[in-house]
Amino acid sequence: MNTRLIRFAGLLLLLALPSFTNPPEPKPPSPAQEGLQVPGPPFTEGIFPCTGCHDGKAVKLNVKRRVLTDMHTDIDLHHGPESRWCLDCHDAQNRDRLHLASGEKIEFTVSYLLCGQCHGDKLRDWKVGIHGKRTGSWNGAKQYLLCVNCHNPHSPHFAPLKPLPPPTRPDQIQLRKGGAR
Amino acid sequence: MTDLNRTPAPEGCEPSNDFGRRAFLGTAVAAVATALTGCGKLSKEEFLQHNFKELSKDEVLTVIARLEKEYKAKYGKDVKVATTGPLPGVIFGYALDLSRCIGCRRCVHACVKENNQSRDPEIQWIRVLELDKEEGVNLQHAEQYYNPAEVPREGHFYMPVQCQQCKKPPCVKVCPVGATWREKDGITVVDYNWCIGCRYCMAACPYGARHFNWGEPHIDAKDVNPDTHYLGNRPRPKGVVEKCTFCVQRTRKGLYPACVEICPTGSRKFGNLLDKTSEIRQILESKRVFKLKEELNTQPNFFYFYGV
Repeated sequence: MNTRLIRFAGLLLLLALPSFTNPPEPKPPSPAQEGLQVPGPPFTEGIFPCTGCHDGKAVKLNVKRRVLTDMHTDIDLHHGPESRWCLDCHDAQNRDRLHLASGEKIEFTVSYLLCGQCHGDKLRDWKVGIHGKRTGSWNGAKQYLLCVNCHNPHSPHFAPLKPLPPPTRPDQIQLRKGGAR
Repeated sequence: MTDLNRTPAPEGCEPSNDFGRRAFLGTAVAAVATALTGCGKLSKEEFLQHNFKELSKDEVLTVIARLEKEYKAKYGKDVKVATTGPLPGVIFGYALDLSRCIGCRRCVHACVKENNQSRDPEIQWIRVLELDKEEGVNLQHAEQYYNPAEVPREGHFYMPVQCQQCKKPPCVKVCPVGATWREKDGITVVDYNWCIGCRYCMAACPYGARHFNWGEPHIDAKDVNPDTHYLGNRPRPKGVVEKCTFCVQRTRKGLYPACVEICPTGSRKFGNLLDKTSEIRQILESKRVFKLKEELNTQPNFFYFYGV
């Protein structure tokens, strides 16, 4: 009986050992939790907090889909299907927040969680530094940018740029005093 | 030869005493130096300086002090010349996302500013090629002088080409004097004071990454970047070859190269190939990657990839 007990205890100990030597690895924290600097979203000056106007009194809540005529007429929505509109992302109850598909409210500073719901592959790449711009130190602290720093969330296609001047053609290089220039 | 030996020296050249002979030899060395280099600007110290790899610590300090003095005199401001060595356990790698680059040339001009390239005559280390989407990476359809009002142009993609920091650099192989070599962190560098300007390396490089100072390099004093490295962006003399060094003066301090910092689309990725968590390793492990002219077996540490 005694030997059986000892054997049983030994077996238990053996089974338990791996859990002591290899504690489960903690889940990798998201960039915001890692203490990585994510700059604030590029709000138009004076537009935030949204509750400055959308307080439920001055501007009444209107959940009807419509073409905006009084305010925000500068917003040209070119993002995803035709059916998309403001309150798909902006929270109706608290305009200073966004909301995920689950209904969970999130701050504007972690808007990448919202973007990542559809663009999961980009979010994954962005977290490891493949997608998006990183500055700072290749072996130390890096600065990230939010998705919305490069992509206008209402019209996310990267805007075309004017290219800087091309190189001089060899036949345009002129001889000047003091040698070939 | 025997006839020549018998010919009496002209009287004017006859050394009269020991001091006269020394003075004569000194003048002769200076004259030979002038004749060899084609200009009289070279100081005796500069002429007698050895290959950077063979210098002792003290000699390096002397050389740096001399260079900093020269730059101060030329540009009227303090130019620091660093000699920071390679970091242990680091081999630099670079990746460029062809699906994101829009060909805006911000990198080309940021590179010129950072690395003190001559503005006149113009030298640029990065060349951005405009390619046809229908043709793919076909260099016969490459255009480097494109200049539309806006990029990207419909039906085109863009491919910046610069030094690929090869593991088997043909440029190093052909250098007859050992003035260019691959450092331990994978950067191929040039000792501008040892380079004889033969341009064999330019002929050998399949990427057109090396550039020659045909004229006296000109940079306005206000535009000179004073944070320099001996093997990198210090102002160059006329008649030497120069190239991209992954911004050795920045990257050996832990910073990103200037082209990475400026890129508005985040197409340029840089990091340590020996670090499993670096961006560059993530790209190599999870994206479709290719090397330019892989068939030449130059083994670049510069990769092109498609991020989509």
